[in-house]
Amino acid sequence: MRSFTYERANTPVEAAAAVARVPGAKFIAGGTNLLDLMKLQIEAPTHLVDVNGLKLDTIEPTPEGGLRIGALVRNTDLAADERVRRDYGVLSRALLAGASGQLRNQATTAGNLLQRTRCPYFYDTAQPCNKREPGSGCSAIDGFSRQLGIIGVSDACIAINPSDMAVAMRALDATVETVRPDSTTRTIPIAEFHRLPGDTPHLETTLEPGELITAVSLPPHLGGRQIYRKVRDRASYAFALVSVAAVIQRDGTGRVAVGGVAHKPWRVEAAEADLPRGPRVVTEQLLASAKPTHDNAFKVMLVERTLGAVISEARS
Amino acid sequence: MRFDTPATTSPIDQLKVVGQPTDRIDGPYKTTGTAPYAYERHDVVPGQAYGFVLGSGIAKGRITAMHLEEAKTAPGVLAIVTTLDMPRLERGMMNAAYLFGGPVIQHYHQAIAVVVAETFEQARAAAYLIRVDYQPEAGKFDLAAEALNAPLVGDDSGEGSSGPPEVRVGDFEGAFAAAAVTLDESYTTPDESHAMMEPHATIAAWHGDRLTLWTSNQMIAWSKRSIAKILGIPAENVRLDSPYIGGGFGAKLFIRADAVLAALAAKAAHRPVKLALTRPLIANNTTHRPATIQRIRIGANRDGTITAIAHESTSGNLAEGKLETAVSQTRLLYAGANRLMAMRLAPLDLPEGNAMRAPGEAPGMMALEVAMDEMAEKLGLDPVQFRILNDTQVDPENRDRRFSHRDLVGCLRLGAERFGWDKRTPKPAHVRDGHWLVGAGVAVGFRNNLLTKSAARVRLDHEGVVTVETDMTDIGTGSYTIIAQTAAEMMGVALDKVAVRLGDSAFPASAGSGGQWGANNATAGVYAACVKLREAVTQQLGFNAADAVFSDGEVRSGNRSVALAEAASAGELVAEDLIEYGDLAKTHQQSTFAAHFVEVGVDAATGEVRVRRMLAVCAAGRILNPKSARSQVIGAMTMGVGAALMEELVVDKRRGFFVNHDLAGYEVPVHADIPHQEVIFLDEVDPMSSPMKAKGVAELGICGVGAAVANAVYNATGVRVRDYPLTLDKLINRLPEAV
Ligand SMILES: Cc1cc2nc3c(=O)[nH]c(=O)nc-3n(C[C@H](O)[C@H](O)[C@H](O)COP(=O)(O)OP(=O)(O)OC[C@H]3O[C@@H](n4cnc5c(N)ncnc54)[C@H](O)[C@@H]3O)c2cc1C
Ligand code: SF4
Repeated sequence: MRSFTYERANTPVEAAAAVARVPGAKFIAGGTNLLDLMKLQIEAPTHLVDVNGLKLDTIEPTPEGGLRIGALVRNTDLAADERVRRDYGVLSRALLAGASGQLRNQATTAGNLLQRTRCPYFYDTAQPCNKREPGSGCSAIDGFSRQLGIIGVSDACIAINPSDMAVAMRALDATVETVRPDSTTRTIPIAEFHRLPGDTPHLETTLEPGELITAVSLPPHLGGRQIYRKVRDRASYAFALVSVAAVIQRDGTGRVAVGGVAHKPWRVEAAEADLPRGPRVVTEQLLASAKPTHDNAFKVMLVERTLGAVISEARS
Repeated sequence: MRFDTPATTSPIDQLKVVGQPTDRIDGPYKTTGTAPYAYERHDVVPGQAYGFVLGSGIAKGRITAMHLEEAKTAPGVLAIVTTLDMPRLERGMMNAAYLFGGPVIQHYHQAIAVVVAETFEQARAAAYLIRVDYQPEAGKFDLAAEALNAPLVGDDSGEGSSGPPEVRVGDFEGAFAAAAVTLDESYTTPDESHAMMEPHATIAAWHGDRLTLWTSNQMIAWSKRSIAKILGIPAENVRLDSPYIGGGFGAKLFIRADAVLAALAAKAAHRPVKLALTRPLIANNTTHRPATIQRIRIGANRDGTITAIAHESTSGNLAEGKLETAVSQTRLLYAGANRLMAMRLAPLDLPEGNAMRAPGEAPGMMALEVAMDEMAEKLGLDPVQFRILNDTQVDPENRDRRFSHRDLVGCLRLGAERFGWDKRTPKPAHVRDGHWLVGAGVAVGFRNNLLTKSAARVRLDHEGVVTVETDMTDIGTGSYTIIAQTAAEMMGVALDKVAVRLGDSAFPASAGSGGQWGANNATAGVYAACVKLREAVTQQLGFNAADAVFSDGEVRSGNRSVALAEAASAGELVAEDLIEYGDLAKTHQQSTFAAHFVEVGVDAATGEVRVRRMLAVCAAGRILNPKSARSQVIGAMTMGVGAALMEELVVDKRRGFFVNHDLAGYEVPVHADIPHQEVIFLDEVDPMSSPMKAKGVAELGICGVGAAVANAVYNATGVRVRDYPLTLDKLINRLPEAV
């Protein structure tokens, strides 16, 4: 860990400005991802701006009938919120499927969206990795890639976004609200928030330097059966091999987003029309351009079978 | 005390204290955070500085230069010792890899430098500033490729399983060719990591030329000699102290880089230095259980009698390393007149393979007991019956040599009854419970019992307190407790009148913790010392040794009774002895036995395997403490589930290292993976094992578990997976159509 300076910001704009001002500065929220990466010197910020005191930790109804979740709301609190449990069950379930109780107590909504990949080569600073060190190469493509991406991958990087929460938010069409150092604000649809790796796998989101997430908004609730199915090698405390977030209505129509397959939560709206026809046709469209490796080819079938299980659960 | 005839009656047989399910003496210290583990021994020596170990970034080659300028001037740095500062140090005892010194890189994350600083963070930050120039070389990293040319090698695991390169009894090929029913299958087990909770950690301090290491080590006497050899100093100048150990499973049998580098760093910094290996270093810097490729052939008559059995195994290691003795249990477990066992060792440039809980048997049983399940199915026999049918009471290679005591059949019968085996549907893929495909499997557990000498000292003071001193270690196993129970039983005092001091090389050398030999041998050593102390007491009190009874804190004979404490009123009484063994282990085969029954659910859609219930029935001589023994067995069963379903150090065959080198990547079972576990111990004694009549259980508990899980998965799904771990990707394309 390199030495760094630290400050507590008082307002969101101040925080954004502070990060923009100091080269190499970063926000710190729960610290559950950032600190681990700093200890391994995968991240080496020069300055940390602590956003925990910004009072962005409430969940409020929106005039449109949705919910606005403050960026600092802890994963535990979000999962337990009565409105979330009632109207956005898929989100609550996705959160509870992630990490452990202790981590969820500390992890924040914004931090969760911005958690970095779990590619094992990313974690070993002696190995080439384009995401950690642009231009150094990708060790995973011909290496151990069982956990990694099958779609939207590039020749530079096949890493995945490991967040469970984000997959549910993608199914719900959440929007990310931000403030920039010049105090302008904007909202980014979740579909446009995470990037595909392309030639720049080190750029993971469309946030600009210093741009601070202030909230995530959920549109009015959709009803339907809301299911989050996370498939993993052990029963708890493991990242997903594949996950499916689904909102399925009585008539069999609905939405699905898939985790564990790409650099972002994966959703193909056009495929959803075929949900009543069963998992195969939907998966064929969802994963039409899939480019799995030898190690992770099984994920294609796993997505289809998991989706099948989710659809039958919704019907039952 | 020499033990060379079967045990008769002794004070131990009273079982007032021994054999009782006493709570662990060290439990409260551990649960309150007051047990002093190596890294937290802040009080043993003042002025401790922090060390941070840097590992090699290549798997094979040479270091051409190390650039230290930035690191040396980094804040807080006191000293840097690099591998280029000295020639290659001697190898320690039973180490395959060289731990430090010289430019040659033998394996990934080999230690190449230690940075000492005032704080841990400073040491770590400075270590990352060291730039290293390497000249990499091509290496051999692919066991399957190297296996093709691997020579036959015989060896000993160092933990009791062994074999010559090849064993032949009768005419295996002829009998196999003639057999009515045959099986010929190959199985693989992966490299595995011990993944104990406490990392390797040491505090080192020099006083002149004398070195003290507060460390985390299973085998104090071995390791004292070993560190002396590595550092080139006299063994008598070294003291090791290791009273609490947060798990070892074999990872801490030997001196590793933490101890060597702490010693070198302390010398260079002129300060005591503490350091721990970081989690990412543990997989590639230390040892692991080597992967195996095994071929098993079984031939039987139609009635199920085995006529031919062959087990061949190939593993890999560094040039000076040992093989994984995965065939050794097959030499002893089932009858059959025609036999072939063979072991091959492929040279690899991966990190050092070495002992991990039940080395040899654990992976060997994972293959053998699946083969037995497959063979039972071919024969149309119930797998429990098939095993009973082929039980043997003699060593199949030497039919004059009997087992000291063997009740494997009892384990299988009782287990089948308690588990409800008769309710199992033998036809695979026929039981559903919601979205779960449900199946049950059985496998036998087998692990040898090792006899090795063990010494102890016992003291009696004027308050009647008995203090035991031995360098025996408690690695979470319960040694403190069973040793106290032994001394209490022998001296006729309550447990709270016994103090146990362990893990210090200044104490008499014990068996140590390894090879599941600790409990029986270490308590037998304490028994021997207590026999001597009893003699001293009777002499002091003027009793006739032959009829003196030690009970309730008193010594009685006829109608005379004196408080035990009286014997020490004029001064402490001290007795020391060791147990050593004649050839009862040669004349008789001593082993431990188990039957494992497992029920699993396999998700019909995703192929996720989740264990639903487990039962182990163990026959392992006298159980010294049913509570701590049960803990050992359920821990081992848990580890067996890990081996069956998830544990694998993944080899990057291009770059030559274990990729998933942390606990996020190397998954072990969590609570949610472990359902109801039941353990039953058969009520038995083995008078050939020691005066304690006990044997080990800690490694027995893991042997066979993986196969029982695999057999249950087959019963649930009809899919036979012969490559561990049984992750869902190996099942999913062969599962029954999802509904
Ligand atoms: C052992 C372990 C297991 C885990 N398992 C899972 C799992 O199964 N599923 C899962 O989904 N997650 C899992 N996680 C990840 C966990 O969810 C994340 O670490 C957590 O959500 C990050 O939140 P945080 O508040 O701690 O973020 P921090 O670590 O504080 O920050 C993460 C990143 O977000 C940036 N950031 C923080 N707040 C803002 C803001 N308001 N605006 C802009 N940038 C910001 C920081 O600069 C940093 O780059 C696991 C983590 C661990 C350590
Ligand atoms: S997949 Fe991406 S994160 Fe992993 S090694 Fe390649 S570039 Fe790095």
